[in-house]
Amino acid sequence: MNKRTIEEHIFKILMVASVCIVLGSLIVIFGLVIVNGISSLSLEMITQTPILTPPGNPPGGGILNAIVGSLLLALPATGLASLIGIGISLFLQTDFLPPAISNTIRFMLDVLWGIPSIIYGIFCLMIMIYIGMSSSLIVGIIALTMLEIPIITRCMDESIKMVPIGLREASYSLGSTKFETAVRVVRRQAFPGILAGILLGLGRGIGDAASILFTAGFSNRIPMSIFDSTAALPTMIYNLYSTPLGQSKAFAAAFLLLMIVLVVSVLSRLLTRRFKKHIIK
Amino acid sequence: MNTRKLRDIIGTNLMRIVTLSVSFLFFFILIILLYKSTLVLGTHSITDVLFSSIWNPDNDQFGLAAVIIDTILVTGIALFIAIPISLLSAVYIVEYAPLKLRRTIRPFIDVLAGVPSVVYGLCAFLFLAPFVKNVVAPWFGVQSTGLCIFSAAIILSIMVFPIIISLCIESFDAIPISLKEASLSIGATKWETVKKVVFRASAPSIIAAILLGFGRAFGETIAVNMVIGGTIRFPSSVFNPGETLASLIASKYGELMSIPLHESALMLVALILFIVVLLFYFIGFLLLRRAKKRWKY
Amino acid sequence: MVSYQIETKNLDVYYHKNHVLKNVDIKIPAKQLTAVIGPSGCGKTTLLKSFNRLLEIQEDIKIKGQILVDGENILDRKASEVPDIRKKMGLLSQKPYPLPMSIRDNIAYGLRIHGTTNKGEIEKTVENCLKEVGLWDEVKGRLHDSASRLSVGQQQRLCLARAIAIQPEVVLCDEPTSALDPLAAQQIEKLLLRLKKDYTVVLVTHTLRQAKRVADHIIFLYFGMVIEQGPADEFFNAPQNPETKAYLSGEIS
Repeated sequence: MNKRTIEEHIFKILMVASVCIVLGSLIVIFGLVIVNGISSLSLEMITQTPILTPPGNPPGGGILNAIVGSLLLALPATGLASLIGIGISLFLQTDFLPPAISNTIRFMLDVLWGIPSIIYGIFCLMIMIYIGMSSSLIVGIIALTMLEIPIITRCMDESIKMVPIGLREASYSLGSTKFETAVRVVRRQAFPGILAGILLGLGRGIGDAASILFTAGFSNRIPMSIFDSTAALPTMIYNLYSTPLGQSKAFAAAFLLLMIVLVVSVLSRLLTRRFKKHIIK
Repeated sequence: MNTRKLRDIIGTNLMRIVTLSVSFLFFFILIILLYKSTLVLGTHSITDVLFSSIWNPDNDQFGLAAVIIDTILVTGIALFIAIPISLLSAVYIVEYAPLKLRRTIRPFIDVLAGVPSVVYGLCAFLFLAPFVKNVVAPWFGVQSTGLCIFSAAIILSIMVFPIIISLCIESFDAIPISLKEASLSIGATKWETVKKVVFRASAPSIIAAILLGFGRAFGETIAVNMVIGGTIRFPSSVFNPGETLASLIASKYGELMSIPLHESALMLVALILFIVVLLFYFIGFLLLRRAKKRWKY
Repeated sequence: MVSYQIETKNLDVYYHKNHVLKNVDIKIPAKQLTAVIGPSGCGKTTLLKSFNRLLEIQEDIKIKGQILVDGENILDRKASEVPDIRKKMGLLSQKPYPLPMSIRDNIAYGLRIHGTTNKGEIEKTVENCLKEVGLWDEVKGRLHDSASRLSVGQQQRLCLARAIAIQPEVVLCDEPTSALDPLAAQQIEKLLLRLKKDYTVVLVTHTLRQAKRVADHIIFLYFGMVIEQGPADEFFNAPQNPETKAYLSGEIS
């Protein structure tokens, strides 16, 4: 018919194909992990640590060491990162600094967000060696904290930004100092958004392998002290993926990771929606 | 009154210290990496390192040329695939998809962004690599184990999709509908409006999205490491195994950490990686900030 | 005998289940300036945008009835033919929206889309259109400058030049002076008065005074319904309906 409409038609087909490719890859990945993961999941898998068996036999036991390890790494790291994050974002928001400086700091946080996590791992590794420590839970927590700080801080920052300035002015006029306003008024209004940011950081922390590869080490046992090496779900996958006998554990771990990602995603969506409803304009 | 003031001062200063130290974290990182690299740079000139392709630490040879080529290949192919697919998807989602479809697709994109690299690597190792080995490589007449540059590029492109797509969607959404109406009322088709108005108005954001995607792809360690094969040699085809700067660090960490000179070489690799990724993200975010300021039509 | 360029019959428009236009029957005479007046939010813009089927780009719009342009119902035409329908009508929006390109390219945009490739022809048309809106002397040295550098008033005139470059038959104006300062507004009004000799102009306005100054024909919309329509002097001097009288006297606005 018409050259212009033909062109539009062709590109429409290409567009739909592209969306299908993107969605398709997501579905394939989820499908693979879910199908293989569910078949590997058993009560034994999640309640036992790996049992070493003579070579040639499939390794027995489960991945409890990785599950506990991941929790022990990610939860404290997220907690620390959240505290620091709240401090930084409140500080940025409540007019302590001229906007030029606070915007530069925001910019640097953005850039920190994008750094490959292995750099954080290496950085902590260097410090760890320098101090004379060996790979352990505590070093891993520090590495994860560094990883999560930019993510959590920027998310909190964005949600606090949405608190209308009239609210802060009302607080000042009642005689509060800047710090008090920061803590009492601003934080409460932005709460759901802050929570969503924390969830995002937690999700990232649980899933990341590169930063804890060198710093948390690996172990087949549940860590008993913070100076013990520990396994985690991502490092378990990384260590076992190429051994045909270890793959069932790897898929079980991958399945758990994906479920966590899904839960985090759904929760943070629900929170941001609630956030939009309750905002005072 | 006094405790209140005291609390105020302590709180403020604590926040100030924390903020400044975090913001300058990357300076600390840069300094440490530089410091650690000086050992190997003392005995090997930077041109030797960058342009020689022989990596043999036991022989004191630290040539990164092959690794650099592999990195460029993997990143280049990944983005070559990801950019058009992501752009077209973003256009479809914003301009052509019916409202209900648009609402359901967007959470999918976010979930794709949250999948950990290890999981991508696992799937790539167990399913993409055999596919490349049994189907793709023979189709090109090449033999391959499937653990190769091509597989790494494919899995990387999937990881980059959500970055470019979500940034582009944000940017396209910000264009006022009246601007599109202005173009349509002259008699342009929707696609012509997209080509000549939407893309032009979003150009800085699109470029920023691509840069950020580059940074992500360049720095991705784990997923690439799991499927690229770990060989340091000039590749004769994309179906050869290889090693990128990032995956090298993960591969060689164990064997090289004990000897200071070897460790230093690895730190140099980390330094190069760090600087390049930093540059991409720096420029990318700069463009994004500028674009966001312009969005106040 | 007046010929009518645009007519609607039983036009109903629903937006998000709101009944925005109710059973609208209007006739717009050719080569005259028709002002569509009425209080804010009564569907004037919706009516205007239905003439070039621009409403369809929004979600959740239902249109029933007939819209006749030169006797033909444009609602019957296929979606792929809509760009050609729109070519017949130019649109001037409330706020000027210059396309993100140079001044010259803004005007050439329509020409290039509809097939004009001859550079000489394009240059001539650009010059003529800019002269017609009175911008030529102000911008002739910097046609390659970005259009966003112009002042708001100049941008609006540029948008008008852009609209007439493709030689439409109708020019649709949606409160084109509301975002402008009084001087710029005056310039636009003068241009509209000149344009109505060659084009059919439909002007949505919510200032009665403006309508009195420029209109030949009036359509009065109130809550999505046509209350009264007719030649301007009849409308202003001898209004028939109580709502019209109330609006004219300032009781409702």
